[in-house]
Amino acid sequence: MNQQISRLAVAGLILVSSLIVGTTYWQAWAAPGLEQRQDNAIKVVAQFTIKRGVIYAGDGVTRLAVNRTRRISGQTFYFRRYPKGGLTGHAVGYSTRARARTGLERSRNDYLTGANANLSTVLDTKLDELRGKTIEGNDIVTTIRWRAQQVALEALGGQCGAVAAIEPSTGKVLVLASSPTFNPNLVERNFAAIQRARGPCPVAPLLDRATAGLFIPGSTFKVVTAAAALDSGRFTPDSSFVDPGYCIEYGQRVNNYDTSSPFGRISFAQALQHSVNSAFCEMGKKLGPDVILDYARRFGFYEDPPIDLPSDERSPSGLYQDGRLLPKSEQRRADPGRLAFGQERMLVTPLQMAMVAGTVANRGVVMEPFLTARVKAPDGSTLTRFEPDELRRAIKEETAAQLSQMMESVVSGGTGTAAQIPGVRVAGKTGTAETGRAGRNTAWFVCFAPVDRPQVALAVVLQNQSGTGGTLAAPIAKRVMQALLRVPSNSEG
Amino acid sequence: MTVGARTRELLSLVVVGAIVGTAFASVYIARQEIVSTESLSYALFFLGLYVAAHVITRVTVPHADPYLLPMAGLLTGIGLTEIYRLDEDDAFRQGLWIVIGLLAFAVTLVVLRLDYRRLEGYKYLFGLGALLLLALPAMPVIGKVVNGARLWVELGPVRFQPGEFAKLFLIVFLAGYLREKREVLAQARLKDLGPLLLIWGGAMAVLVLTNDLGGGLLYFGIFLAMLYVATAQVWYVLAGAVMFVGGAALVYTQVGRVAERVRMWLDPWSDADGGGYQTIQSLYSIGHGHFGGTGFGQGVFTDAEGNLLIPYLSTDFIYSALAQELGLIGIAAFLLVYMLFAARGFRIALLAQDGFSKLLAVGLTFCFTLQTFIIVGGIVRIIPLTGITLPFVSYGGSSVVANFMLLAGLLLVSNRANARSGS
Repeated sequence: MNQQISRLAVAGLILVSSLIVGTTYWQAWAAPGLEQRQDNAIKVVAQFTIKRGVIYAGDGVTRLAVNRTRRISGQTFYFRRYPKGGLTGHAVGYSTRARARTGLERSRNDYLTGANANLSTVLDTKLDELRGKTIEGNDIVTTIRWRAQQVALEALGGQCGAVAAIEPSTGKVLVLASSPTFNPNLVERNFAAIQRARGPCPVAPLLDRATAGLFIPGSTFKVVTAAAALDSGRFTPDSSFVDPGYCIEYGQRVNNYDTSSPFGRISFAQALQHSVNSAFCEMGKKLGPDVILDYARRFGFYEDPPIDLPSDERSPSGLYQDGRLLPKSEQRRADPGRLAFGQERMLVTPLQMAMVAGTVANRGVVMEPFLTARVKAPDGSTLTRFEPDELRRAIKEETAAQLSQMMESVVSGGTGTAAQIPGVRVAGKTGTAETGRAGRNTAWFVCFAPVDRPQVALAVVLQNQSGTGGTLAAPIAKRVMQALLRVPSNSEG
Repeated sequence: MTVGARTRELLSLVVVGAIVGTAFASVYIARQEIVSTESLSYALFFLGLYVAAHVITRVTVPHADPYLLPMAGLLTGIGLTEIYRLDEDDAFRQGLWIVIGLLAFAVTLVVLRLDYRRLEGYKYLFGLGALLLLALPAMPVIGKVVNGARLWVELGPVRFQPGEFAKLFLIVFLAGYLREKREVLAQARLKDLGPLLLIWGGAMAVLVLTNDLGGGLLYFGIFLAMLYVATAQVWYVLAGAVMFVGGAALVYTQVGRVAERVRMWLDPWSDADGGGYQTIQSLYSIGHGHFGGTGFGQGVFTDAEGNLLIPYLSTDFIYSALAQELGLIGIAAFLLVYMLFAARGFRIALLAQDGFSKLLAVGLTFCFTLQTFIIVGGIVRIIPLTGITLPFVSYGGSSVVANFMLLAGLLLVSNRANARSGS
């Protein structure tokens, strides 16, 4: 019988070996796939046994996201709390069990959970695991100026809109405010309360209007058109136009915002200063859609803004049709006259418009916007410092200087006088995009200051307005600039 | 011989005690963040228990294989630690069952120490006993359905699974019966196929009556293995396998629960919240262990509210819990203990001198191996999942007691073989 016993023994040992192979498959080969499955509750819970890093505002002291410790059946869990509530609900986002993660909590999850691996940190984490120590994540210091962020949200005052402000020379995002905001502390417990929010516009408080909201740019897009006109060498600030109060396109009249008093013969600079549609319409017809859109691309249109937020919280700006970007092959058929003053089917994000203003301020170079300034280890030492990155040169330095001057005249004596700050040279451009229905205008203001040494470039948008960008958005831009430039505000005492 | 078999057993037990003590301490640290005397006394109690068992083997089976008892100790120790980590009250009960199991172990050794082969004379009684035990859960009043399977008997406060003992009775019966009939059966005439068909029918009946695919597979697998060893007829095994698969296929079409199990084996994600839930959660648990594991006491088995994510974690799915906390390195070592146990068991069968002893040892060893394969194979989706216990590790009284009796049987055969070859 011994031969049979030996054979059976081999069979038995093969059976047990197959168990080792099977387990190896699940723990080595299939494990990464299992981890990414949405319904993997173990992975979700395990994330909460990690002590996530703290998220700080730009001052490195004010805490935007902290941990709350809870012990449940012998295990320590770390849940998130956001001391500043809705202040940075969109940019910082939230990290919850019920609704996963958004904002920096998602895009910087690896740093916050200490999963950013290099050999020495991996060794440290493994040693900590062996010692039974909780894995600690790394802290993140953002670029957000939280007091200015607060001013921006207050100035928006619950209306639907957004403010995006960057530092032109670096791309640091100083303010990223989307209104209405939401309290991220409610996401886990009372998500329904966030969804119930009602307001004067299609509310959607979870939408980050600053980076993912798409709005008709209106006359603020004239900055892009002007950049194309000047940079291509086809026009100079002194090029003259005759304004009859309208422009003829495809045999039809395209009216100025105010048709009652045509300007007659004016220069290019005056056309921008007073936002004369007919002049830009003529300019657009001469330039053609390809040139204008080519310059728009140089400013960053048609790509996700390269900010360190999750990709589904960013939208590319450009011509849209049926909710999608119009393919390049079809842009030739775009109406150049309307495109030139920002109507057509052009849709932009406030962040993109802040980048346009920032580029003019930064002598023609687009900087990549970023929210994470540096990463700190739990012991306080700096692990990574994020350096400013140039996206590309969009326009010549000379063009930028000319545009800068023209935009300054908008604030000093044009449509944007409401943004004047005593003692500070401000350059800007207003925009009032018409949706064709009363009380549904989109009011804009893009600007940068101080003109001689720009420290801030920003864009303000307000949805569903009956007034203009110059009267509604410019004062908000002024308040945020004052907060960022630390200029005492005079109008409010 | 410089070091005697029993001394090697004792030394191995001390090593096992140290391993289990460390494992328990790490659960304790993870839970209380301190090492107290409680964790130490637990390890000492555990070691004391096995040293007592060692004393019994020293007296009753001095020549028996010295590594089986320490391996059983290691498996029960690791299992008990994991159960403690999951539920302290369960661990206390399991500890009691281990004491009872070791008592059963001692009684078996003491009663049969002179000559276990007299069991052969009662083979038909054992056969009948196996049938009765299998039929018990199907009886009204005392039979209990747990988790859809009719495997339990409830007598007052005591609930047990007679199937765990039925398999031992079946092995004793088959060892006796096959030793007697092996020449006849080896000729493989059609008229001798009667018993084969009878047992096949029995396995199928068990499958249908108790809804227990795993049990059916286990009994029938043991039978085929022992039949092959006794007769050397491979085609018995093939025919038997074909018949089992055929029968199972028939049952598949008739019994919804079995069909469901097969569907969930092929694609658990087709019903992730229903039939596939257990399998999927258990795979997530295993996958979360990766190479190094989370460490004893630090695995994730509950949601953030403390609700257990995997049902039957300490019984059928204890392997998933261990795989997460031990990681691939640890769980592979753990499976190697099962492999070593099987290897030692088959070695005992090879060394045994008479047919009854060989068949008995082969039956017990293969039963242990196949049961491990059925439950772990089901968890890692090599075969459809069926709820049976992982020998020595799963939470469950009947299983622990029956496995200690299985161990006693192997030691008795080993003792006899070694005593005769040694002297």
